[in-house]
Amino acid sequence: MNTARHNRFNTFAAHGVLILYTLIALFPVFVIVINSFKTRKAIFREPLAMPNADSFSLIGYETVLKQGDFFLYFQNSMIVTVGSLFFILLFGAMAAFALAEYRFKGNLMMGLYLALGIMIPIRIGTVAILEMMVQTGLVNTLWALILVYTAQGLPLAVFILSEFMRQVSDDLKNAGRIDGLSEYRIFFRLVLPLVRPAMATVAVFNMIPIWNDLWFPLILAPAEEVKTLTLGSQVFIGQFVTDWNAVLSALSLAILPVMALYVIFSRQLIRGITSGAVK
Amino acid sequence: MTALTLTNVCKSFGSVEVLKDINLTVEDGEFVVFVGPSGCGKSTLLRVIAGLEDATSGSVSIGGDVVNNIPPAKRGIAMVFQSYALYPHLSVRDNMALGLKQEKQPKSVIDERVNKAVQMLDLNAYVDRRPSDLSGGQRQRVAIGRAIVRDPKLFLFDEPLSNLDAALRMNTRIEIAELHRTLSASMIYVTHDQTEAMTLADKIVVLRDGKVEQVGSPMELYNNPANQFVAGFLGSPSMNFLKKVEIDLPQNGTLGIRPEQLEVVEQGRIRGRVTHVERLGGDTNLLVASDQNEVLTVRLFGQDPTEVGQSIELDFDDSSAFVFDAENQRVR
Repeated sequence: MNTARHNRFNTFAAHGVLILYTLIALFPVFVIVINSFKTRKAIFREPLAMPNADSFSLIGYETVLKQGDFFLYFQNSMIVTVGSLFFILLFGAMAAFALAEYRFKGNLMMGLYLALGIMIPIRIGTVAILEMMVQTGLVNTLWALILVYTAQGLPLAVFILSEFMRQVSDDLKNAGRIDGLSEYRIFFRLVLPLVRPAMATVAVFNMIPIWNDLWFPLILAPAEEVKTLTLGSQVFIGQFVTDWNAVLSALSLAILPVMALYVIFSRQLIRGITSGAVK
Repeated sequence: MTALTLTNVCKSFGSVEVLKDINLTVEDGEFVVFVGPSGCGKSTLLRVIAGLEDATSGSVSIGGDVVNNIPPAKRGIAMVFQSYALYPHLSVRDNMALGLKQEKQPKSVIDERVNKAVQMLDLNAYVDRRPSDLSGGQRQRVAIGRAIVRDPKLFLFDEPLSNLDAALRMNTRIEIAELHRTLSASMIYVTHDQTEAMTLADKIVVLRDGKVEQVGSPMELYNNPANQFVAGFLGSPSMNFLKKVEIDLPQNGTLGIRPEQLEVVEQGRIRGRVTHVERLGGDTNLLVASDQNEVLTVRLFGQDPTEVGQSIELDFDDSSAFVFDAENQRVR
């Protein structure tokens, strides 16, 4: 058994495959970042070359920071992402707790109903959502996006979290009840800290699609003051002329916050993914 | 005064009846042990008493008050769990104090009671540690401390020793017995381990399939079991049951004889061959296959030279044998 584990060839092969995959996955990002530091001509002349003294230029970043209200877009994206994550985690965890903890009629049906959203893409309902938002006057507000993303993220969150909540010891919750803690305190103080890895997993899975989404901002909140970063970057892409410097710079900047959030969550994430498997 | 009265308590989960018509009283200061095989409903019964589950019908009264509709925290009980169930984010001191804080007790009272419990359980060195920094035995002591500080009318223990290793289990068992003597509190203790039941209890309640089989002091149950189940459950090694034996039995009846009541003799009513010998130093246990193809355990005191494969004849005193009828009830 040990020989299989210490087999040099296997180790090399495994690392080789992983390194190759990393290179392939990172290559587009790499090209975007290096080209964002080049002049327009250099981008087209030699797209894969590193920026050098000749081709180096910050014109893209300058355009981005001057034209379009980049910081506002950034702020909007941040508000929408963080707000949606907050509500997904809060309501998802609450629903999961109720499903995992309490016996009531229709518990199973309710669980299936909540999980149905995993299979049906929310974009099918776009027209209805738009009509609803128009009627409630939420069009062109960040709330419209936060609400839609919360709805979009809840099914998976409930599904994953209720599995984890079932693993939390009943004895612990009962000890809390005997000591006179309310159900809310049991939920917030005893259960939530124990499912933190699962919460981080849900957060990461939801964060990236929300941050990158173009569809709903375009339809529900296209106004200048509520544009998200992804939508804002589109001003540089025209039907006939595209300002590649600006587009690439905007994209490079857009990667940063997601990376920061990912680093925060990732330590928990690994525990979340593996904790179910090795027990 | 009675610490606990259960009247016609039933509990079902959907169509499954877990507890069937339980009637029981626990006197003040009594140590009562619920014992039975796993799945017999003993833990459910404890949870009904604690208020963690509602009884489907029947009434539960603690200290004379019917508590069916009173939440667990206000029932005047404290519970110790098998998995300790300490709050992972609180120190030992705060774990013990939380229940009193919830009751809005003044800080001086909380400190006094916590300090007393800490002294009693010898936890001085650990009060500021988190549960994760403690060993299993220490965690269980903290859990017991958390119960003591609440000064409850009734202590509930749910298999508190199951997660401890053998040596620690014995020590903790003695500690719990001493605790019972010092506090002279009413306690209910759930276990599947008959040794714990025999050594701790003033009164044992044997449960099977959600029904009370027999209630009595340990020696009453040992000397006078009401049926074959109780006879087989208490005592270690457990009682031998024989169908084919040279004695008058009722139709389809069974003879029960404890391993220590069998004697090795020159000529006896049971003949067989030794198939296994367990030498424990103090005792020797023989496993014997009789010529009627029944298996018996014989417990001999002291060290015995009998070897595996040897032919053996056994006999017993009729007055020490138990006779059970076809329904497994005792025939007296």
